Amino acid sequence: MKLVKAIIKPFKLEEVKEALSEIGIEGMTVNEVKGFGRQKGHTEIYRGSEYTVDFLPKVMVDIAVSDNVVSDVVKTITVAAKTGKIGDGKVFVQPLDDVIRIRTGESGDEAL
Amino acid sequence: MLTATVLVLFMTLPGLALFYGGLVRSQNVLSVLMHCFTIACVASVLWIVVLYTMAFSDGNAWLGNFEHLGLKGIVSGDLTGDFPETVFIMFQMTFAIITPGLIVGAFVERMKFSAIILFTILWLVVVYAPVTHWVWGGGWLFEMGVLDLAGGIVVHATAGISALILAAMLGPRSDFPKKLHIPHSPGMVMIGASMLWVGWFGFNAGSQLAANESAGMTMLVTHISAAVASLTWMAIEWIKNGKPGLVGIVTGMVAGLATITPASGNVGPLGALIIGFLAGLVCYFACGIVKNKLRIDDTLDVFAVHGVGGIMGTILVAVLGVEMFGGTGVESIGGQLKTQFIALGAVIGWSAIATVIIVFICKATTGLRVSQEAENTGLDQTEHGETAYNFE
Repeated sequence: MKLVKAIIKPFKLEEVKEALSEIGIEGMTVNEVKGFGRQKGHTEIYRGSEYTVDFLPKVMVDIAVSDNVVSDVVKTITVAAKTGKIGDGKVFVQPLDDVIRIRTGESGDEAL
Repeated sequence: MLTATVLVLFMTLPGLALFYGGLVRSQNVLSVLMHCFTIACVASVLWIVVLYTMAFSDGNAWLGNFEHLGLKGIVSGDLTGDFPETVFIMFQMTFAIITPGLIVGAFVERMKFSAIILFTILWLVVVYAPVTHWVWGGGWLFEMGVLDLAGGIVVHATAGISALILAAMLGPRSDFPKKLHIPHSPGMVMIGASMLWVGWFGFNAGSQLAANESAGMTMLVTHISAAVASLTWMAIEWIKNGKPGLVGIVTGMVAGLATITPASGNVGPLGALIIGFLAGLVCYFACGIVKNKLRIDDTLDVFAVHGVGGIMGTILVAVLGVEMFGGTGVESIGGQLKTQFIALGAVIGWSAIATVIIVFICKATTGLRVSQEAENTGLDQTEHGETAYNFE
């Protein structure tokens, strides 16, 4: 099992969610986060003074998936979240030791 | 006059409070609202007790006498012109409220609340009341024929210069100029500024002390100047930065209003167009000069917008007040310019020296600044134990 963490532009969330639904992904957790990568932040100018905004608003999507669908999930996210402009985000794939469904007590792939 | 009085109080509460409140960080907005409200209360009490008699009783060329301490001897039947003196007292009180309120913009996000109260009290007694007497209360500048209908000298020059001195002595916010803090709510800034615009009609037109043709022209030129200055500021930002900003256009409006204030009783519509344009142009660049060249953290640009605007209007009235530009009341440009410059020199000098002394007194008694930790946390919590926004 893997935990896929995708950091994307907020306005792309709906497209990513729909694309993942189409390949059978039924659950995800979403967080509003702030951050920056190579694009850094941006500057805003008020009354002639420049203000640097380091942290830009992003959305982080966490999805726990079976090993056999990881590549499909990553591909779907990268296609759906892509604008081609700087700041599109990143996808991280982490190993996931176990998953437990609280209601039934199931664990592993059964709980996904 | 009742309406004008209400309008001028509306400028501070809630106008100026929201205008300034939106420009600071979210963890300091409550403190700014608190400053404006507290100053309104302090100035009101002080006005009744001692300031009114210092400013508007006969006295001598420099100061009124103290016959009306606590408004002693004034009864409800007394008249100023053809309206009750009590209304005049209230009207002028609102000027004494907004003037130290303007200075708030210089020290937001870092000054001790106790120091703010002490500074306000001393400043009103030492600077505001005497200067008001000089210009409006029958003092030496009044006798010289200085033109300052609604406070380019009394309000904007005094507050602007004192703000600059106080900001320099108080020192910049800890991360200035490396990191500047973005206005947390430009929408609030716009709402507050719009209230200032509305209130300014009471400020300027009300200063004619009558609902007549002079008040009508004053209102008209006030409005024109604000609109032209707004558009000028917006155009400069659009050209320089590529985008016209909301905070910019409303700041241009305040600059236009401050600049027309001393001239609003003597210029015509053409003069107002010129004053509005120059206000937007000069005050815009003054902001950059104070922060980037002088490196003074006059945080919300009190000097650049109010000080520079008020001083510029005080000078321009001598030129644009002549008949050739559609103005009234100025016979000789040269003669009037001399009077205006003497008034500005005296008031600027007095405000600066007095502010230095007052700041030293505050430093020695209450202390001036909050701790570094308090500054980083924000004054809402550390000084007032409240927050403006509670998200649950």
